[in-house]
Amino acid sequence: MSDRQSSNAYWQANLRIIWVCLIIWALVSYGFGIILRPLISSISIGGTDLGFWFAQQGSILIFIVLIFWYAARMNRLDREHGVDE
Amino acid sequence: MDQFTLNLIVIGLSFALYIGIAIYTRAGSTSEFYAANRGVSPVMNGMATAADWMSAASFISMAGLIAFTGYDNSTYLMGWTGGYVLLALLLAPYLRKFGKFTVPEFIGDRFYSQTARIIGVICLLIISITYVIGQMTGVGVTFSRYLEVSNSTGLWIGAALVFCYAVLGGMKGITYTQVAQYVVLIIAYTIPAVFIAMQLTGHVLPQTGLFGTHDASGAKFLAKLDQVVTDLGFANYTGHHKSTLDMVLFTLALMIGTAGLPHVIIRFFTVPKVSDARASAGWALVFIALLYTVAPAVGSMARFNLTATMWPGAVTGTEAGSTFSEPAISLEQIETAPELQWMRNWQTTGLLSWEDKNGDGLIQYYNEAGAEGAPVAEQIAAQGLTGNELTTVNNDIMVLANPEIANLPGWVIAIVAAGGLAAALSTAAGLLLAISGAVSHDLIKGAINPNISEKNELMAARISMGVSILVATILGLNPPGFAAQTVALAFGLAASSIFPVLMMGIFSKRINKQGAIWGMLAGILSTLLYIFAYKGWFFISGTNMLEDTAANWLFGISPASFGTVGALINFIVAYAVSSATEEPPVEVIELVESIRVPRGAGDAVAH
Repeated sequence: MSDRQSSNAYWQANLRIIWVCLIIWALVSYGFGIILRPLISSISIGGTDLGFWFAQQGSILIFIVLIFWYAARMNRLDREHGVDE
Repeated sequence: MDQFTLNLIVIGLSFALYIGIAIYTRAGSTSEFYAANRGVSPVMNGMATAADWMSAASFISMAGLIAFTGYDNSTYLMGWTGGYVLLALLLAPYLRKFGKFTVPEFIGDRFYSQTARIIGVICLLIISITYVIGQMTGVGVTFSRYLEVSNSTGLWIGAALVFCYAVLGGMKGITYTQVAQYVVLIIAYTIPAVFIAMQLTGHVLPQTGLFGTHDASGAKFLAKLDQVVTDLGFANYTGHHKSTLDMVLFTLALMIGTAGLPHVIIRFFTVPKVSDARASAGWALVFIALLYTVAPAVGSMARFNLTATMWPGAVTGTEAGSTFSEPAISLEQIETAPELQWMRNWQTTGLLSWEDKNGDGLIQYYNEAGAEGAPVAEQIAAQGLTGNELTTVNNDIMVLANPEIANLPGWVIAIVAAGGLAAALSTAAGLLLAISGAVSHDLIKGAINPNISEKNELMAARISMGVSILVATILGLNPPGFAAQTVALAFGLAASSIFPVLMMGIFSKRINKQGAIWGMLAGILSTLLYIFAYKGWFFISGTNMLEDTAANWLFGISPASFGTVGALINFIVAYAVSSATEEPPVEVIELVESIRVPRGAGDAVAH
C-alpha cells in the first residue's frame, strides 16, 4: 500500500509541474501573443510592440526553455521518488 | 557552369548521401523496422523529428503565408511549435513507457477494444494519406522546376527514391536519412536568409535583423515595412486584423493537431528511455525553431523586396503617400533587366503574372480592395490608372524565388532546391512508415493473422509501404484538386481524434472503451461535417451547404480552426459516455498506473 501512496505522490507532483508549464505555455502564446497584446502594446521593440515579438519569436523561444526545464525538473522528481531508470 | 548542371550536381549528391545511409543502416527485425531498436539518442531523434515534421508546407509555403498577411499569420509559427510542448508534457514520455510500436496499438490496449484500435487505424490512415499526397505533389513540382523534367517524371523519380530508402531502412534507416535531410534543409533555408538580412539590415542573424534597422532609410525595418505596404493600400504588416477568437482557436487547433499526428508520435518510440523522450521533444523544437524563427524574417524581407522592386518609390519616399509621386516599375525593365530574370522564370510557371491594363508601359502594384485599399484606389484613379497590374503572386514562390530576387549565386539556388526536396521527402518517408506500421502491425498482425511470424510481418510491412508509395504517387499524379485543403483536414482530424483519446488514456482512469469509441467518432465526424459543410462534400466544389465566409461561420470559427471544437466535443462525449457505463477493468487501471512511472521502460527494448 505504501508503494501506491508513493506513486500517488509522484503523480500529484508531476501534475503540478505540468500545470505550471501549461499556464506559461498559454500565457506567452495566446496571452501575450494574441489576447493580451493591447495590454503590453506600450512596450516597443524593433519598430513594433512586444506582443508582435511574442507572436513571431518570443513564444517559440520560451517553449524551448519550458520543455528543457520540464525535462530537468521531471528527472529530479523521478530520482526523488525512486522511479528513475 | 549553368544553373541546370549545378542543380543536378547538388541534388544528385544529396540523394547519394540518403541512399548510402539507408544501405548502411538497413533494418533486419521488426523492432528495428518500427522503432529503430529504441537506440536513437535524443539529439539525433530531435533532428530526425524536425525533418520528419517540417514538410514542404513549412519549407516552401509558411514564409509566404506570413509575408502576405504579417502578424495575423503568426498563428502558424506559434501553432506548429507549441504542439511540441504538449507532446513533451502530455504524450511522449507515457507512450514511450507503454513501449509498443504504433499509435492504434496503444488505443486498442488501453481501451481493451479491437473496435477502438480499428477506429484508430482508420483515423491514422486518413490523416497520413491526405498528408502524403501533398508531399508527393510538392516533390513533383520541385523536380520539374529545377531538373527541367515533366511533373510526372519528377514524381516517379521522387517515389523511386523514397522506395529505396524507406522500404529498405525502415525506422532505423529513415531516422539517419532524416538527420542528413535536416542538415540539408536547414542550410538551404538559412543561407539566403542570412544574405538578405545582411543586405537589408546589416544583421547576420535574420532573427535579430527582423527587429533591426533598415540600412537604406535608417528607420526600424518593421516600421519601414508597415509604411511601404500601407502606402500601397495593403493592411499594415504588424497590425491585428483577424478575429481574436478565431486566431486563438486556429493556433490551438494547429498545436493539438501537431501533437496528434501519428508520424510525429512514433518518433518518440525510438529513444532508449522515458527521460530521453522528454528531452527529445525539446531537441526537436530546438531544431524546428532554427527554421521557424528565420521564417518571419524571410517572409517580411521577401515582402519588402517584392514591393520595393515593383514600386521603387515606396522605399525612397519618406512621407505617407509619397510613393505615388514616383513611377512604378516599367514593363520594359521587367522584360529585359538581368536582375529581374527571376520574374521571367516564375512567369513561365504561372505562379507570377502581370498585365499592363492601362497601356502606360508601367506595372502598378497596389491593393484596390477592402477598407485599407479604398483611399489608395481613389488616389490612384485620380492619376488615371485602372487597377492592380501584378495579377498573380503565389505565396509559394517567396522562399524558392528568394535567392533569385536577392541576386544570390547559382549554388545557393541549387541548395534551396535540394532543401525543398529534403523537406518533402523526409516527411513523406515518415508518413509512409506510420501507414505501413498501422497496416502490417495493427491490421494484419493485430486483426487478421495474429500468429504471423516476425519475418512475415516484416515482409508485410515492406509490401504495405511499397503499396502506399504507389497509391500516393498515383494520387499525386492526379491530385484530387484539394492538396492545400487536405492539410487543414489532416490537422483537424488529428486534433479531434488522436490527441484527445491518447491524452484521456493517460490522464484518466475512468474513461472506458465505450467513452473512447464514441468520443473519437463524435470528434472526427463533427469536424468532417463542419469542414465539408463549408468546403463541399469531399471537397467537390459546388456541394457546400454554406458559403465559406466569415459571416457564415458558427461563432466566427473558420473550418480550419474547428479541430479545437472537435477535440472539445471528443472530450465531453467520452466523459459523458464513460460516466454512464461501467468502470474499466482492473488490469487496465494497472496499465495506466504503470505508464505513469518511468521505471522499467528499458524492458520494452527486449520485447
